Amino acid sequence: MQILYFAWLREKIGLGEELLILPPNVTTPRGLITWLRARGTNYAAGFANEALIRCAVDQEFCALDAPFGAAAEIAFFPPVTGG
Amino acid sequence: MNLRIAVQEADFDATAELAALSAGAGGIASFIGVVRGNVGGKTLAALRLEHYPGMTEKALEHLADAAAARWALTGCTIIHRIGRLTPGQNIVLVATASQHRAAALEATAYLIDQLKTAAPFWKAEEFADGTQAWVAARPEDDTAAAAW
Repeated sequence: MQILYFAWLREKIGLGEELLILPPNVTTPRGLITWLRARGTNYAAGFANEALIRCAVDQEFCALDAPFGAAAEIAFFPPVTGG
Repeated sequence: MNLRIAVQEADFDATAELAALSAGAGGIASFIGVVRGNVGGKTLAALRLEHYPGMTEKALEHLADAAAARWALTGCTIIHRIGRLTPGQNIVLVATASQHRAAALEATAYLIDQLKTAAPFWKAEEFADGTQAWVAARPEDDTAAAAW
């Protein structure tokens, strides 16, 4: 699955996107965050405060607990600040 | 409805954009966001705008569609700039046209409120003293967007 990171989350993790094969028990964005945190201190730092993390599944805003099914792309980012 | 959505580094020509909305309209309302020169008492050198290519355009189209479903619009233009912008430069143009003023004025206010919370843009501030910081989302923006 393609995973994307934006803004300070991208800076803390140290990359903007990566292609990862997820274990079958990871089925929601929140589950994916838990799994990513265990991959390294950069992920743990980026995802330290889940209250500041938003996500999009296949380019649509999505709740962290909504199962992503067969999605191709998940993005994590801080609350948006456009306009 | 005459719909124009653009996410670009280049500046926009507001006069030309508004003129393009006049066909079939009785009024055109617009909002232009510009880079402030001062934030919290600190002098700003520049604002950097990052976005999620692909999703951003879709999110802006969703917002325009939602506005068109709610107000009788003859046209809608949303242009959002990205990249590094300096104080006084344009960030965003929202303009809507309708037969009567209320629809255009309300739809423009609606769109700028929604744009702050429902489109994947992020701002980082570069200050004149060399420090920089990502802009935090403001709870009052969520409140304003939800009030519609």
